[in-house]
Amino acid sequence: MQSLISRPWLWAWLAAIAVFALSIALSGAAQAGGLLYAALSFGAFAAIVGIGQMLVITLGPGNIDLSIPAVMTLAGTLALKAMDGAPGTALLGLGVALLVGLGAGAANFALIRLLRLPPIIATLAASLLYQSLAIWSNRGLRIKPPAALADFATGRTLGVPNVALIGVLLALVVWWLLERGLWGRWLLATGQNPRAARLAGVPVERVRASAYLSVALLAGLAGYLLASFSGGAALNMGQQYLLLSIAVVVIGGTSIAGGFSNVPGVWGAALFMFLVVSMLNAYGFDAGARMMLTGVIIIAIVVAANARRRRT
Amino acid sequence: MTRHSISPRKLLPLISFSVLLIATFALQERAMSYLGLNLLFNLTIPIALATIGQLLIIMVNDIDLSVGAFVSLVACIVSTLLVQHPWLGWLALAGLVLAYAALGALIHRFDLPAIVVTLGMSFIWGGLALVIMPAPGGTSPEWLRALMTVKPPLAPMAVVAALLIAAAAHLLIMRSGIGTVLRGLGGNSRSVARAGWRLSGLYALTYGLAGVFGVLAGLTLVGLYTSSGASVASSYTLLSIAGVILGGGEFIGGRVSPIGAVLGALTLSLAGSLLAFMHISPDWQIGAQGAVLILVLAARLLFTRREALL
Repeated sequence: MQSLISRPWLWAWLAAIAVFALSIALSGAAQAGGLLYAALSFGAFAAIVGIGQMLVITLGPGNIDLSIPAVMTLAGTLALKAMDGAPGTALLGLGVALLVGLGAGAANFALIRLLRLPPIIATLAASLLYQSLAIWSNRGLRIKPPAALADFATGRTLGVPNVALIGVLLALVVWWLLERGLWGRWLLATGQNPRAARLAGVPVERVRASAYLSVALLAGLAGYLLASFSGGAALNMGQQYLLLSIAVVVIGGTSIAGGFSNVPGVWGAALFMFLVVSMLNAYGFDAGARMMLTGVIIIAIVVAANARRRRT
Repeated sequence: MTRHSISPRKLLPLISFSVLLIATFALQERAMSYLGLNLLFNLTIPIALATIGQLLIIMVNDIDLSVGAFVSLVACIVSTLLVQHPWLGWLALAGLVLAYAALGALIHRFDLPAIVVTLGMSFIWGGLALVIMPAPGGTSPEWLRALMTVKPPLAPMAVVAALLIAAAAHLLIMRSGIGTVLRGLGGNSRSVARAGWRLSGLYALTYGLAGVFGVLAGLTLVGLYTSSGASVASSYTLLSIAGVILGGGEFIGGRVSPIGAVLGALTLSLAGSLLAFMHISPDWQIGAQGAVLILVLAARLLFTRREALL
């Protein structure tokens, strides 16, 4: 029991459950299924990019990827262009999206490593280029995803949204890698003390490269799924995921100082963020008030997490 | 090395700005006029002011992800409340500056990660802006519009304003006694504390000053655009960080350059307009800013290496 309470991911899940209960109290139990379904669908996108952002933040102070929205938009746009709405091209589109992610991740890390740029600046400068590339290739066109792919992205298996299944599967894989795999140990060691990790024989630069490649790959995948889910790629489709990806990592209990990851917390926080907005919506708050309360919640959680850290 | 020698690294912001400016003039000589210069740079004034605000925060080893939302909120207040009830408007703006100062004290009193707290604040500022102004609109106060369209002799308003901002920020941050202490916070806050300063007060002052520059950015923005909206300045967060770094600032250690930062903001906006003169599609406007950022930082790496070799 003691070990359960000390799990940092517990709080994000408790908060998500509390907000869910409050929403149901207002709208009635009949709405519970629908609300849960929507939370799983929309939470999946935040969870996928959040897991990527978490890997990078785990690398230690100063590590962050600001290019997630641009990579999502570019991957979604180019994938839809490659598929051109033709049936049977879903895998081609997935390949294009993952290639975009791979390329962006490699470019980001090249800037960080070769030009010795702080990751904030490297990913920011690169994201401006990706964004331009997306604007240029998206110009005035509105391609729909292939019907089968759109059905899959908005569909369900055994009552669970397919995108949520993908998100959970990815979370499980990353969780297993971090908790059981050698790579995960290396990543955590690098985040806790890169110097000590290097002396202990951890290939620190390769670990950093893999983290920046992973986040871009996940962003590419999220862009592909989101474009298929929402029936097309829009230039602002990634916009909200910059702040959201950082928020779910922090609310999920991952240390912003690096060295400690928390995969289950990311999913809990992703559900929480969606449920909060929909609850405030149900209680009749307008868009401005919803945003303000979201901000208050983020700050409150940081203050609370900090107080807990100081006590121990 | 003598005290007054200037390393090429410090000159880099000026060099990169000059290269882009000369390229612009070569492509479009009509830009080399009173009117042309004003058109090139007047929309950069609010960005330059926001960049100085960001510089103050980066100077104390923090980062402010809420600049864009904050300037948008100020613009919304200026174009509505300040027009209808001037006293109430000024009171609200003063309150915002105080909120910024309180935030700085809070972050350092409880040792919170500034990147996350300002992220949360960006939601709060953005939400407030939406409450004040659900749809874009509003007007500019008469005096503000007059101030921003003034035609000084010799040089256009945009150039005069850029010089004024650079000079004022330089005097405040690099020359004044308190500026030196504040830079010391980024270098080694513990030794500043040992020297007898109250740290929370100093952090509050730094953030408060950043808030003042944010308010000035919002004021000038409304004076130029004559209207506003809840996300009118959302691009300022990333532009201001880029401008500070382009101007030679660093994330750690209190090493910043206000003059460089103003040049950095001007360089970024030139990068965008240069494309138009080259008849390249405006799709690449944002990308050009990214490319200039990468190129200048690559050049900086070369200079730093040479300095290390000498």
